[in-house]
Amino acid sequence: MSAAVEFREALARAQAREMEADPSVFLFGLDVPDHKSIFGSTKGLLEKFGPGRVFGTPLSEDAMTGMAIGAAISGLRPIHVHIRVDFALLAMNQLVNMASNLRYMSGGRLKVPLTVRAVIGRGWGQSAQHSKSLQALFAHIPGLKVVMPASPQDGYSLLRAAIQDDNPVIFLEHRWLYDVAGPVDETVSVPLGKALVRREGKDVSVIATSWMVVEAMKAAEILQQRGVSLEVVDVRSIQPLDEGTVLASVRKTGRAVVADYDWAFCGLSGELAARIHKGCWGALKAPVERIGFAHVPCPTTRPLENRFYPSAVEIIRAAEDLLGLSPTELSGEEFYSWEHKFKGPF
Amino acid sequence: MKDEMKTPVHMGVGGEAIPVGVLSALPTGTKTFGTYRNHSLFLASGGPLPSFFAELYGRLPGPGKGKAGSMHLASPDHGLMATSAVVGTTIPLALGAAFAEAYRGGDGVVAVFFGDGAVEEGVFWESLNFAALRRLRVLFVCEDNGLAIHTPIKDRQGYRSLTEAVAAFHCFVDSGDGADAVDVRDRTAAMAAAMRRDGGPGFLHLPYLRALEHVGPNEDWKAGYRPRPSDADLERWDPVRRLESHLKVEGHSQAELDAVRAEVAAAVDKAAAAALAAPFAGPEELWTDVGA
Repeated sequence: MSAAVEFREALARAQAREMEADPSVFLFGLDVPDHKSIFGSTKGLLEKFGPGRVFGTPLSEDAMTGMAIGAAISGLRPIHVHIRVDFALLAMNQLVNMASNLRYMSGGRLKVPLTVRAVIGRGWGQSAQHSKSLQALFAHIPGLKVVMPASPQDGYSLLRAAIQDDNPVIFLEHRWLYDVAGPVDETVSVPLGKALVRREGKDVSVIATSWMVVEAMKAAEILQQRGVSLEVVDVRSIQPLDEGTVLASVRKTGRAVVADYDWAFCGLSGELAARIHKGCWGALKAPVERIGFAHVPCPTTRPLENRFYPSAVEIIRAAEDLLGLSPTELSGEEFYSWEHKFKGPF
Repeated sequence: MKDEMKTPVHMGVGGEAIPVGVLSALPTGTKTFGTYRNHSLFLASGGPLPSFFAELYGRLPGPGKGKAGSMHLASPDHGLMATSAVVGTTIPLALGAAFAEAYRGGDGVVAVFFGDGAVEEGVFWESLNFAALRRLRVLFVCEDNGLAIHTPIKDRQGYRSLTEAVAAFHCFVDSGDGADAVDVRDRTAAMAAAMRRDGGPGFLHLPYLRALEHVGPNEDWKAGYRPRPSDADLERWDPVRRLESHLKVEGHSQAELDAVRAEVAAAVDKAAAAALAAPFAGPEELWTDVGA
């Protein structure tokens, strides 16, 4: 166990570790080697591994993704970085028509060990083209794995697992997490496809992804003061999905709020709600609640942006509804914002 | 027609000389990428005839266990890594294979085959740019039949000359006769030698005549989108006859050529019959090979 490590540093360490261990791993993408080093998450890697293994690209997301796929089926292990997930939409043809299919269509002869890192989420007035999450879009496609870490330890361990995986893995990193610091044990392995109960509780299960895990922990802290106990389940891996951990939690509490960092319509929250209703039918004390983005493009202006994103407040209100409680007085509470970021650890 | 091949089949009749010529000039096992019109490429790569028919008939012994079909026919074991039904999509994969070759310090050439329609996709220019920038040894082979399904080039392309546009990039460029396997072979050999020596990509522009409809086994001269060529033109664009002319010049007799035709026809019949007798994939195969 080391001193607190920031999420950005945890990612850089994970990549360095894999690049040291396996010379076939290389890292590339627009701005990967520049002075800002993708929010610091690729810092030091160019110096350590050289321009043959760490390099920037032209603005050609489609061809660069195909290049990564071609390299992957030729025995290399590319890590391709998109500084905004919105830009990865230019690569969807390669991801959806090629990366996801090649193993199946080759009768198992090809494998595609490709990691696509993409930065998601909220900044400050980032507006409609710098703010998406898109996990549902990726996870909808058979053959793609999708991972959303929410802590430095998971950033480190899950990124290593993604790089080691022989399949295309979409690794979605929330921008506000880069500042979060926490313990990172470099000997800890976390396999893809395992959810984590971050906080045990008995009254309501909050099933959360990415930044919503942070908000759920905040909600749990506040409600604890009035004797309400939230259990927080960090989904971590969207595909493969650890249904077992989610269902076990809801069977215990009998109530569920799914807080997905995405639009709710046709999203992961609907998938989880359906599975919980089916898998926990007899144990459920109330229908599952879902929390997600407002179903509109993300607005730029701050007052509207704050209404677009759900927070701990919505989780608290949903839990209160499920429990038939009056609204908790929240005026004295400070919630996370651009100015008041969560710095961790949990 | 028995309708036993239940997959869209894009016949390569008229275009055979291109993969045959290109691969004759490159080492066995060269990594290649192609399109949905891939039959000649598959066989020229060394893909076995029985595997070929098994895949087309959707049978388990096919290289894709019948899950690939005609449009995604490939044989990585023979170097043909992937083909695709979405135009242009294998072009950047060739870039990646060439990157991997360079990453390991090799000087091997990777070849990618695509039609004249693919150069209208942005990814072609993105890939050409990156190959030129990074000096990757990608041989871009444009199999130009002048048609995107039924739409002619004059309704699709806004530049004066494809090869001049390509020549603006830092790469080798050449044009040849896509119906003449010997011409294609010789131009490929010269270009591949230059690419190996100096690094960087090459672009081969090879016009040919698509003898049949876009998809399916029929002629469609009466459809109205293109005139039927004269008999002389049909002969001029027939790659098999053109190759036979070369062989006759080299002293091979008509009897020898007839014997080869008979041998090929017998092998085709035998492979097709074997494929039809082979089993389909069992239900468990639906779920296998989604992931590694």
